[in-house]
Amino acid sequence: MNAEVRSIRTAAETALSEIFASAFAGLPGDAAVAERRRTAFDAFKTAGLPSRRVEDWKYTDLRALMRDAKPVAGAPDGVMIAAARGALAPYAAIDATRVTFVNGRFVEELSDLATAEGVSVTLLKDTLATGAGVEALSDGVSPVGNVAVALNTAFVADGVVVSVAPGVTASRPLHVANIQAGSEHAAYGRVVARVGEGGNVLLIESHIGDAGAHQTNSVVTLDVADGARAELVKIQDESLDTLHLATLAVRLGAKAELKTFALAAGARAARQQIYVSFTGDASTAEIRGAGFAGASRHLDTTLVVEHDAVGCASREHFKTALDGEARSVFQGKIVVKPGAQKTDGKMMAQALLLSEAAEADAKPELEIFADDVVCGHGATVGALDDELLFYLKSRGIPQKEAEALMVQAFVGEVIETIEHEGLRELVTHRALAWLTART
Amino acid sequence: MLSIKNLHASIEDKPILRGLDLEVKPGEVHAIMGPNGSGKSTLSYVLAGKDDYEVTEGSATLDGQDLFALAADERAAAGLFLAFQYPLEIPGVATMTFLKAAVNAQRRARGEGDLPTPQFMKLVREKADGLGISSDMLKRGLNVGFSGGEKKRNEILQMALLEPKLCVLDETDSGLDIDALKVVSEGVNALRAKDRAFVVITHYQRLLDHIAPDVVHVMAKGRIVRTGGPELAHELEARGYADYVGEAAA
Repeated sequence: MNAEVRSIRTAAETALSEIFASAFAGLPGDAAVAERRRTAFDAFKTAGLPSRRVEDWKYTDLRALMRDAKPVAGAPDGVMIAAARGALAPYAAIDATRVTFVNGRFVEELSDLATAEGVSVTLLKDTLATGAGVEALSDGVSPVGNVAVALNTAFVADGVVVSVAPGVTASRPLHVANIQAGSEHAAYGRVVARVGEGGNVLLIESHIGDAGAHQTNSVVTLDVADGARAELVKIQDESLDTLHLATLAVRLGAKAELKTFALAAGARAARQQIYVSFTGDASTAEIRGAGFAGASRHLDTTLVVEHDAVGCASREHFKTALDGEARSVFQGKIVVKPGAQKTDGKMMAQALLLSEAAEADAKPELEIFADDVVCGHGATVGALDDELLFYLKSRGIPQKEAEALMVQAFVGEVIETIEHEGLRELVTHRALAWLTART
Repeated sequence: MLSIKNLHASIEDKPILRGLDLEVKPGEVHAIMGPNGSGKSTLSYVLAGKDDYEVTEGSATLDGQDLFALAADERAAAGLFLAFQYPLEIPGVATMTFLKAAVNAQRRARGEGDLPTPQFMKLVREKADGLGISSDMLKRGLNVGFSGGEKKRNEILQMALLEPKLCVLDETDSGLDIDALKVVSEGVNALRAKDRAFVVITHYQRLLDHIAPDVVHVMAKGRIVRTGGPELAHELEARGYADYVGEAAA
């Protein structure tokens, strides 16, 4: 539609073209996959990195945030794997099928591939080499035309393809761990998950980095069939110099249930895109997230929930605590298509500003084309309540500690919805660590 | 123990306390009664260190320590406790978490280490049982979903755990039915000790049927205008505050 050709390329765009040209031949996949990658990259080249003049990226100017393109990471060495092992330590207590990628490469010694009965887990690079490769990269769930997704399709070297058989409740969660070690590189990962009719699974996705100026790009597509349930907990704890782009795309069948939670604890700049599409009647989705940022970090949550079926309910709740000169962006949209009657949608974005210079931008939207629906959205931005702080201080709790308790309470409301106890504790712990570091 | 001299305080430049004097000795229970708007709640907030109020003149010391030189949390650590008229609800902060944070913060301020969790839990259970506070309530967000009576009992529980030197009870009877009033009063009476003092602020005499005061003060227009024994409370109950409103205004 928009065939504007830009003759001036940014350094990052030029570098991406060069990296793609040299990496292309070595990327896994058959001829059809190669063609798919080329189409995706061409789409990116035409559009370029979006600036704030592109509505969808108005508050997160990717062109400004991505000044250069990092080289694609090579295979991790022993030091990197040892570092990754340390990064995984907090997850040791969580029993799960674990697929670990260090710098985007699968590392078997840090993985536990024993799967629950009825659950199959395959590495994406293996799937790409088969006839199913193209389908894995374009399964109809991912939003087309999104620059983050296009780059992922073009570059992704590995990931996980998971399938839960109909009627199976996975007895073990599946944990996909992405760890970045080293000084600076780009890493692309993809999870393609399908839950068969009446199936049930918990997916855990973590993104961990200690240091280094990396560029990470993750895509998760989740197809939840009729009567199935999927819960996804994502923990983003990238290094504070990393640019993290992530996309979650979910398609829900009828009487299906989705529950997601995303923690944004790290990254210099992070954009989490969530696209949920109701395609069958009487399904529900609970989409939540918590984030915290200090310094001049940038956290973006972009959400589109599309109701295209009758009697579906969605709940979206995101909470962010900001300190220093940090900035959060929430763009959330609930779309109710014609005929999607009895839709019940509620969206809430809340930001807590702990400093004068922190900033929160919220852009909630409703697009309703059916007449028998209940939809609402709200957004709050505010400081801590002085009355409540005084109550805590009057019991002898010092100011900073009182603030920490309040912030914990603020994000706790959404963290507490994580059903898995170990994960809930892990996320709570992470929040506490951030709060302690502030004081 | 508590010594307030010529205290003047205002909120947004509006004077509320106008030359208040009060001396409370260890072991004593003082009741402060007075009509609405006389400055009773302001007195409690000023003592506890709420930011909204400005002390323009006078002093308040607790065991010789200048309260106004301390931040709110330091006053608490020095032994001052205010039982709120309207205890606040803090969703997401479990009552137990809050109690632990408070107890340990005060221990740290005194240079003591944190109380080990099992010991702390035992202590809370012990005190909570006496006040009819269930373990379910302790798990819930602070005061969230608590009835008026439960909130007041929770205040007394905090008081019992923190073992303050001076307890200021701000209209603790408001919103309580007679049964809740009894539980709360018994909780307070159990804490009476020769080295602990109470300032009980109330509009009505009925609380004083349960918590027997040693001294009763009448407050009007920001000052103590009359001081007497327990019989003064009965006199006020019978005759109302009309005399004092007039007297202070005149």
